[in-house]
Amino acid sequence: MTPVTELELPLQRERARTIFEKGATGRRAFISPRLDVPEVDAEELLPKRFRRGEPPRLPEVSEPEIVRHYVGLSKRNFDLDSGFYPLGSCTMKHNPRLHERVAALPGHARLHPLQDPERAQGALELMWNLQQALAEISGLPHVSLQPSAGSHGELAGVLLTRAYHEAKGEHRHKVLTPDTSHGTNPATVTMAGLEVVKLATNPDGGVDLDDLRAKADADVACLMLTNPNTLGLFDQNIQEIAAIVHGVGATLYYDGANLNAVMGLSRPGDMGFDIVHFNLHKSFTQPHGGGGPGSGPIAVSDRIAPFLPRPLVVRRDDGASGPRPGRRGSPTFDLDYGRAGSESKSIGRLRGFQGNYGCFVRSYAYICSLGGDGLKDASETAVLNANYLLARLKEKSVAEYLPLAYPPARGAGGSLCMHEFVLSGGPMKRELQIKTLDLAKRLLDFGFHPPTVYFPLLVEEALMIEPTETETKETLDAFADAIAEILKEAETDGPEVAQNAPYTTPVRRLDEVAAAKHPVIRQAL
Amino acid sequence: MLAAIGVPSVEALFDRQIPEAVRLRRPLELPAGMGEQDVFAHLRALAARNVSAEDELSFLGAGMYDHYVPALIDMLMERSEFLTPYTPYQPEISQGGLQVMFEYQTAISELTALPVANASVYEGPSAVAAAGYLAKLHNGGKRFVLSAGLHPHSIETLRTYAHGYGMEVVEVPLRDGVTDLDAWTRAIDGDTPSGAYPEGHTLKGAGRQVSAAIFAQPNFYGAVEDAAALSAAAKSGSAPRDGAAGAGTVNAPVVIAQVDPITLGILAPPGECGVDVAVGEGQPLGNRLDFGGPSFGFFAAREEYLRRMPGRIAGETKDVDGRRGFVLTLQTREQHIRREKATSNICTAQALNALACVVYLTWLGRQGIVELGELLLARTHYARETLSALDGVEPLHTQPVIREFAVRIDADVAAVKRRCAAEGVNPGVDLQAITGREEDRGGLLVAITEQRSRADIDRLTEVLGAAIAATDQRSASKMVAA
Repeated sequence: MTPVTELELPLQRERARTIFEKGATGRRAFISPRLDVPEVDAEELLPKRFRRGEPPRLPEVSEPEIVRHYVGLSKRNFDLDSGFYPLGSCTMKHNPRLHERVAALPGHARLHPLQDPERAQGALELMWNLQQALAEISGLPHVSLQPSAGSHGELAGVLLTRAYHEAKGEHRHKVLTPDTSHGTNPATVTMAGLEVVKLATNPDGGVDLDDLRAKADADVACLMLTNPNTLGLFDQNIQEIAAIVHGVGATLYYDGANLNAVMGLSRPGDMGFDIVHFNLHKSFTQPHGGGGPGSGPIAVSDRIAPFLPRPLVVRRDDGASGPRPGRRGSPTFDLDYGRAGSESKSIGRLRGFQGNYGCFVRSYAYICSLGGDGLKDASETAVLNANYLLARLKEKSVAEYLPLAYPPARGAGGSLCMHEFVLSGGPMKRELQIKTLDLAKRLLDFGFHPPTVYFPLLVEEALMIEPTETETKETLDAFADAIAEILKEAETDGPEVAQNAPYTTPVRRLDEVAAAKHPVIRQAL
Repeated sequence: MLAAIGVPSVEALFDRQIPEAVRLRRPLELPAGMGEQDVFAHLRALAARNVSAEDELSFLGAGMYDHYVPALIDMLMERSEFLTPYTPYQPEISQGGLQVMFEYQTAISELTALPVANASVYEGPSAVAAAGYLAKLHNGGKRFVLSAGLHPHSIETLRTYAHGYGMEVVEVPLRDGVTDLDAWTRAIDGDTPSGAYPEGHTLKGAGRQVSAAIFAQPNFYGAVEDAAALSAAAKSGSAPRDGAAGAGTVNAPVVIAQVDPITLGILAPPGECGVDVAVGEGQPLGNRLDFGGPSFGFFAAREEYLRRMPGRIAGETKDVDGRRGFVLTLQTREQHIRREKATSNICTAQALNALACVVYLTWLGRQGIVELGELLLARTHYARETLSALDGVEPLHTQPVIREFAVRIDADVAAVKRRCAAEGVNPGVDLQAITGREEDRGGLLVAITEQRSRADIDRLTEVLGAAIAATDQRSASKMVAA
């Protein structure tokens, strides 16, 4: 019998060859500028003992080969511009191309981060305006744009909480996180040197208040919460939660991953949160880039503000009143480093320079395009779309196999959701012998990116679906139809169809166990 | 749609789910939305109020550099297939992105001469802090010894993180522009328990042990460090002692280097200098300045640290039909699986910027990275010689430099910079403004990329010389008047 590997199509084999396996000795794309300075003895420039012996074995290829190689690879990627991407908790909304154009303007793209502030007024004004907008959206007045992504913002938030308590002479070592929280929350707590205490979820899908009351004590530094939570449910008890947490002197942290549900409708600051992080790559449509870049600004209340990372963008309203002594005019916008030696209580820097400015440009352009009303419209439509898709999936043929994980029994919501919802594949697994993983893989053959799967952990065979506001009713209908069809296919043709899916993708199911057991993480040369 | 949901209005979706007390019952106070052309005009007007590297002859560096970004990078980064997906959780439809990660890891591994690399972290300074966290997880030590030659942002970031995970930081000063090797050795040896421990006895004093020894190559002042000597000193100072075996050996500190990747065509790579973990700012490799980000951080290490690395890692495997394919691997390190026991909290990293890196390195190629390094070396040497010949300028140190060097000028740096700016020249970074160190007063850090020709360097020399002379005169005449 012919080994299966020999059945590979030549094109597929070619596409999986890495750039390191292509090219030929001496081939190149780069032409170095000519040496226009006097030649100096090599040893004088850099002694041999500091020099590299053999050059790194980088590829030797021409520009046409590079272009073909990477364009070829790009065709082996599914992306948001090609189809529906309802990846729960990731807010895969449309990325307007205007944002790429404005971010590429040389005044933004070729601006050095250490340019003197008076010669970077446009950039600082943009950052200031973005800070003001984020403060207004969150209801918390003080913003730092520095963190590089959501989890970096979380780290900032937990370190801010620590600094706040330490400044009062308190060493609180526990952080409460619900069992529905994103994995980044507990991981962050550990990195910040604090201890995770898990909170139970009540039958309505919210924080279990009795458990919270039992665990909220003088050792608790903070409660990290996302609202709506990862079940897509707005916690009805949020005011009481805030009261309990504040009652024991702890802070309340808002994981902004789900902010897309409530922009212009409800503000974390008004709910009682002290610290919020934003994911500019989610709610504010910075393209996800295949796994970054992101950006994770934070907004905080007055009592947390003194501890914010430095530098901060500040506006000097005295700038108009003329030059100050020793200065040739004061720039209106400036960077405040809160230098050591001063009374600074800042937690310090979290990274180099001022943050992911290229992301700020895009998200600022987005906020300018939408305005306050447009942001509210975006959240309303996101919630409308999620509820419509949920309603479609509650049709009998689907709901018996994929019920809503937390139908709030008595909550004010009825069985509504916010911008996303979580189904359980438990009945599907038992009755049709197909797991959530199988359903996800079969969806690939229908041209859809699957939802987030197996999260939150407390839901059996979870499917977390977030359609976002930029999808049409037709797309939502097509997705609901695809799910129904896959279930019907399993009923009539048996589970094997889904169990062996996908069939139409560049490769089929991959052996992840072997990959982890004997890791090959670079090309052998 | 509302009928299908069974609610009378969109408003009802929120009225039924959000308690009235926390509803926002007023419009957001933000400017009204605008059409695309108006947003473009506004963003262009803001851009016009910045002086970019396009608008002046810039010698700014100190962590980010105006290297040329080839056109094919713009084209590839703007392709929807790379720009708009997220992390490749579904490998069957993400082979392109996963293979890019695999190739990127290979390129970083080759550059650093270290066997394992991850798929990127945020950027340089936080990569140093992440490496510190790896060291803490690895050996449980309580102290970082770091060179004052690290980028000040790396030092500040490391201190921020270290306060969180409970680590003391000891800074070793420079001598003649490079890390003082004696002070370095003393700092590492200092409180490391010496001698053997009785059989079965727990290590008393091991809590004060050095977890990591961290330096930059080249350092912040542009000087090439003797990396091999620094690594060797860190290892020998605290290697397991005779007789300690069985009683629990003293772990040597993890040697961490923050490396400028563009120098690695000509500079001995960290893997050949005894370095355990090499990290750094990736911006010089095909990423634009963007006023400081997004760029990416690279993270490479010896094999034994693989399972403590932060971030995503792509690995090779086969599909059910035996075809070659790539997946995210070793995910049991990561936050979405291990939660509070994860080796890092990082989730979204810098995949698109890492794509730019691997395309750039491929474009440079095996010969190109050497030729580029030699060109930078020669021009930077020329620039240092030329500037140092000016009245009122002296080199801050005489160590070898590759694409950046520091001088001390005998005048107020801010005033000199303003005079140069009027001539369309940005002569470099005011050292003291960044480091805050008294000994850096008068310091100017000058970066030379391949986009700065000899003619540009000569222009810098002319303008800087005149600016210093003018600034001197003014302060001299002020003194006379006084």
